[in-house]
Amino acid sequence: MRALPWSLVPVILLVLAAGALAFGAYPVVPGEMLQWLWWRLGDGPPPPPAVVSVIEGIRGPRIAAALLIGAGLSLAGAAYQSLFRNPLVSPDLLGVSAGAALGAVLGIFLSLPAAGIQGLSFAGGLVAVGLVYLLARAVAARDPLLVLVLAGIVIGTLFGAGLSILKVLADPYNQLPAITFWLLGSLAGIRADEVLLLLPAALAGMAVLLVLHWRIDVMTLGEDEARALGVATGRLRLAVIAAATLLTAAAVAFSGIIGWVGLVVPHLARLAVGPRFARLGPASAAIGAGFLLAVDTLARSAADVEIPLGILTALVGTPIFVWLLAARSAEA
Amino acid sequence: MTILRLLGFASALVLALAGPPAVARDTGDATGRILAVPDTVARVFAAGPPAGLILYSLAPDRLLGWPRPLAPESLALLPADAAKPAYGRLTGKGDEANLETILKLKPDLIVDVGSIGPTYVSLATRVQEQTGVPVLLFDGRLDALAATYRRLGGILGLAAEAEIRAAWIESRLARVRDRLRDLPPERRPRVYFARGPEGLETARAGSINVEAIDYAGGRNVAGEALGGGSLVTVSLEQVLAFDPDIIIAMEPAFHAALNGDPLWRQLRAVGVGRAVLAPQSPFPWVDYPPSVNRVLGVLWLAALFHPDLFPEDLRAEVRDFHRLFYHRTPSETELDALLAAAAWP
Repeated sequence: MRALPWSLVPVILLVLAAGALAFGAYPVVPGEMLQWLWWRLGDGPPPPPAVVSVIEGIRGPRIAAALLIGAGLSLAGAAYQSLFRNPLVSPDLLGVSAGAALGAVLGIFLSLPAAGIQGLSFAGGLVAVGLVYLLARAVAARDPLLVLVLAGIVIGTLFGAGLSILKVLADPYNQLPAITFWLLGSLAGIRADEVLLLLPAALAGMAVLLVLHWRIDVMTLGEDEARALGVATGRLRLAVIAAATLLTAAAVAFSGIIGWVGLVVPHLARLAVGPRFARLGPASAAIGAGFLLAVDTLARSAADVEIPLGILTALVGTPIFVWLLAARSAEA
Repeated sequence: MTILRLLGFASALVLALAGPPAVARDTGDATGRILAVPDTVARVFAAGPPAGLILYSLAPDRLLGWPRPLAPESLALLPADAAKPAYGRLTGKGDEANLETILKLKPDLIVDVGSIGPTYVSLATRVQEQTGVPVLLFDGRLDALAATYRRLGGILGLAAEAEIRAAWIESRLARVRDRLRDLPPERRPRVYFARGPEGLETARAGSINVEAIDYAGGRNVAGEALGGGSLVTVSLEQVLAFDPDIIIAMEPAFHAALNGDPLWRQLRAVGVGRAVLAPQSPFPWVDYPPSVNRVLGVLWLAALFHPDLFPEDLRAEVRDFHRLFYHRTPSETELDALLAAAAWP
């Protein structure tokens, strides 16, 4: 796999996406699929409008969102694991998921339309991590990373408590099921215009993390060594946290909470390409994109009902993680 | 002194644990449990929203409080004394209501309406053991409502009042049932029930959430495709594949966005103006709380699904229902608003 040429990755993802485009609850026969393709290439009559809606309005955005969110969460996870020098770190370490969840649940509690719920969710994720960062900065300490992690636990727990309060206050027959479904994670409702909102956030976050690859590598040596090598550790930490928060908050706002991806995929990538972030980052993003696309395709085609993504990623992620652990201990 | 006080406290505790003093008769609830209930029941605690609404409709002055605070829109359609405090739900585990607050209210009776499965029986028994107050459990299904009213009427000494309401419910439900009895399936509209902020939450067959739709002669598309069960999420693609004749939406925000949404407009039902928001006032007519409010929902949906079979004036029925169950006759303007919300968009 180390020999896999990078140029093949987009091709593989494209093939996966095309395959996913053919699956789904609404029956689109291969003939209609080809008709749509010809029509979009500027030749031939348009397929029935419902087919266009299904392909362009429902499946297409969903596939794009799965690719973006999978890549974003995995890249954020890889960056955090390098930054915190801990392989058990996931992108929600600093409370972004708790904040985003609280925002979303507040939106459902206030009976806001879907866009309002997403907006509050995104803002909640940013607020939570912002609070964590400010709290950690207010506490002068010799080990800033440890303080960050502790502040993340504190704020995450606080926001979790706020979420529980809203669950208690929510209407048990109406809002509570909506909250439960939202928090389990799903791409079922994602729209083309939402993907257009997600796209710049995801690209910006990923670009920052990929551009910083050399400095992130240096951080894995440790705080003092990094500083000795001329890296402004404080500013770098802020940049990595901001980029990872942007990626994760945008993902949670549009998809709900999808655990495991940001934890497991970087391990798979590290096994494939090694720990250097210049390779680990892109590999995590590519594997994450493919992984979440595969899981989401499973979520929407394994049964007629939507299987919540958070459940599927845990079901698929656990055995992979166990296998990774076993492989590692065998190596050692 | 301290010992005396302790002794006094202990004896009070013993007395309290011995049960309510004025036990005069045994009565059964819907689960077959036989309970000792005081002779006069003046103070009743509702364990959940369905019970709260039924108790309010029968004995508003004896209902101690609501399980959930009422919205201002709801209170506007109810008499002034409907503004009662909210004490939370009491299910026996993981509930919001505080047992000591409940004891301080000195209820003669705790009433719960809903599922009467073994879980709820054991939770009711637990609350009863903890509080010493009898907990009666009643079936919340539409067909059990009349019986629930009659039993409650007997226990509360309001048999005549309960009979009026039970008979009203029975006659309306029987009318709907009788006229739909010989209706072939192909004349029953296929209905998609849209819950949640994105309208993608729906209910499988047999779920209490769609009981009013089933009752009113609609075919729940999600139930027919996915089988029995409770609430589920589907994708819009799945709804397109269902191709329902009618959409019943539960969220005002979702319904407001529906007609302007190019994807939802692909649905035949939306295109021909057959996507309607279930009226929400003073309590939603369909689904929640799963209480007597759904009887109005059944009448509304039956007229919506089968206008030829149900030519009755819905306005008169709504007025009647409010007078009987909500203790206030709405003004003509209020009726206009209620019925405008109940019409096709």
